[in-house]
Amino acid sequence: MTDSRIITVVGRGVVLRGPDIDTDRIIPARFLKTVTFNGLEQNVFADDRQALKAAGERHPFDRPEFSGASVLLVNKNFGCGSSREHAPQALWRWGIRAVIAESFAEIFASNSLMLGLPCLSVTEHDMQDMMKLVDADPAVGISVDIAQDGITIGAHSWPTTIPAHTKDALTSGHWDGAALLLDRYDEVEATASRLPY
Amino acid sequence: MPQTLFEKVWSQHAVRQLPTGQTQLYIGLHLVHEVTSPQAFDMLRLRGWRVRAPHRTFATVDHIVPTASQARPFADLMAEQMAQSLERNCRDHNIPLFDLASGRQGIVHVIGPELGLTQPGMTIACGDSHTSTHGAFGALAFGIGTSQVRDVLASQCMAMTPVKVRRIEVRGLLAPGVYAKDVVLTIIQRLGIEGGVGYAYEYAGDTISRMSMDERMTICNMSIEGGARFGYVNPDDVTADYLEGRPYAPTAAEFPAARARWKALASDAGAVYDDVFSLDASTISPTVTWGTNPGQSVGVADRLPGSADVDSLAFMGLSPNQPIAGTKIDVAFIGSCTNGRLSDLREAARVIAGRKVAPGVRALVVPGSQAVRAAAESEGLHEIFRSAGFDWRDAGCSMCLAMNPDRLHGREICASSSNRNFKGRQGSPTGRTLLMSPAMVAAAAIQGAVVDVRTMLGVMA
Repeated sequence: MTDSRIITVVGRGVVLRGPDIDTDRIIPARFLKTVTFNGLEQNVFADDRQALKAAGERHPFDRPEFSGASVLLVNKNFGCGSSREHAPQALWRWGIRAVIAESFAEIFASNSLMLGLPCLSVTEHDMQDMMKLVDADPAVGISVDIAQDGITIGAHSWPTTIPAHTKDALTSGHWDGAALLLDRYDEVEATASRLPY
Repeated sequence: MPQTLFEKVWSQHAVRQLPTGQTQLYIGLHLVHEVTSPQAFDMLRLRGWRVRAPHRTFATVDHIVPTASQARPFADLMAEQMAQSLERNCRDHNIPLFDLASGRQGIVHVIGPELGLTQPGMTIACGDSHTSTHGAFGALAFGIGTSQVRDVLASQCMAMTPVKVRRIEVRGLLAPGVYAKDVVLTIIQRLGIEGGVGYAYEYAGDTISRMSMDERMTICNMSIEGGARFGYVNPDDVTADYLEGRPYAPTAAEFPAARARWKALASDAGAVYDDVFSLDASTISPTVTWGTNPGQSVGVADRLPGSADVDSLAFMGLSPNQPIAGTKIDVAFIGSCTNGRLSDLREAARVIAGRKVAPGVRALVVPGSQAVRAAAESEGLHEIFRSAGFDWRDAGCSMCLAMNPDRLHGREICASSSNRNFKGRQGSPTGRTLLMSPAMVAAAAIQGAVVDVRTMLGVMA
């Protein structure tokens, strides 16, 4: 059996600025017209990337200095909008293994946990500092310590917050909880039989 | 001890505490559609699991269906493949499917209530964020992702953490020409699009009590646009009256007991809330979004904020302090799980009757379900729309998210009765959306620009 515990994520960062980045921006609806999740990474942020390209600029996901990054740094209310799991799927398939934000939309965070993609929060002030650091040196090493509630970038460290159950699920390897829900199924049947409908 | 509806329904469905500290929550009703389920069924097959409670699972096809011609196979082969995939999965697992031939097809959040599947006191999950709509009946209804769809299919359960409850009290009379859509857009504007994260919204107060189920559904539908995964209204006689006689509702013999049981689920007097927010309904005017999220709105007679977000303004091509009224539109869309019900079409038709869509404006009405379409036709609403120059379409999600051929082109601006004005939401990466009530969309279609619907209804503006 493979070890599914997720305790630390180590890699380089990619900085994506702006509040309220919704899941329609992460993966536009037309790319949901598929019966698998395969290939979603090719269209992650498709419209934002195209818009910047047309303006002669480059989206962070197209900048060579961020290629191969695995830690995504974003601002507040990341992943708001639709419940499409395709959003964290697209990020994960692109290579993202941890998302650090000022805050997350609820369904995005719960979908991410189902994939074993840690979502950790930091303060607005700390995020500004982190983004500056990674922008100045995209090659700088990042270490996200889920068990110890912290992130280290180069020589600097900051505290992170994560809901207790998320931390427990990731560090114990129970983030794919389907088996747990099927365990002790007599209790489920007892609950169902008590319902008035 | 007095309890909220949230607490009562939650504890009734709580199976046990999981090792992670979360609650294993039993799901009473699972609604399935073609976009977020194929991968879930594949994962099920891969693990050799079966669908645990097919009798608590119902499916329909809504997101990808064309609305101009629904002949099979669909012209879009990918859409056809998704429909076939759902058909096969439902067949393999004995899940009832309300398909195009059923007469009961429609947007999943329109048909659930319409068929009486949605009932007070249920836990309801669906792979769609607007599942909060069903909370209008006093159910705990919430959107889930595809891996969670797999879990619910396999176990009829979810691992969940309870949220806090914010009571939103709306008091006073709505002025004529002001609708449930304006109320919920105002709530989101005041509390912010992130304000509801970690909360269920309990909508209460005399304004909500007077509302029809259609109106309550519009309000609960957009809870998620305010960040709240759940929104609900306490069940009352309006709720029970709506459900009486519907195909999946309790039978006539069972109904009196069901009615009493449902009403007892309402939050107790003296229940403790984590937060309370009050809103005076009489201060609300027809509301229009100007930006790229549903919290960025103003009253139709108002100007954009001077401090309006620069990035949103640049995308929309609007300026700070400009009036929203008079903004030219290219497309008018009436439909969606927010505002695609019969009463929405009636209000829009009232504005349109005897008038014509402005030259150059493309206008379409997409009923929320086949039943809504049939009911509207029996009242002659389709003739009113058609003679005004609207396209009268078949049921589906359509231009709310443009997964079918209905979409914006280039930088078109759309007056839309849907729920999201995100960049690219209506199918063109540069397309622009102005959210408003169906009556306001109808008015904009006639004028070719954003206009206060009250001036066209003969009521004071």
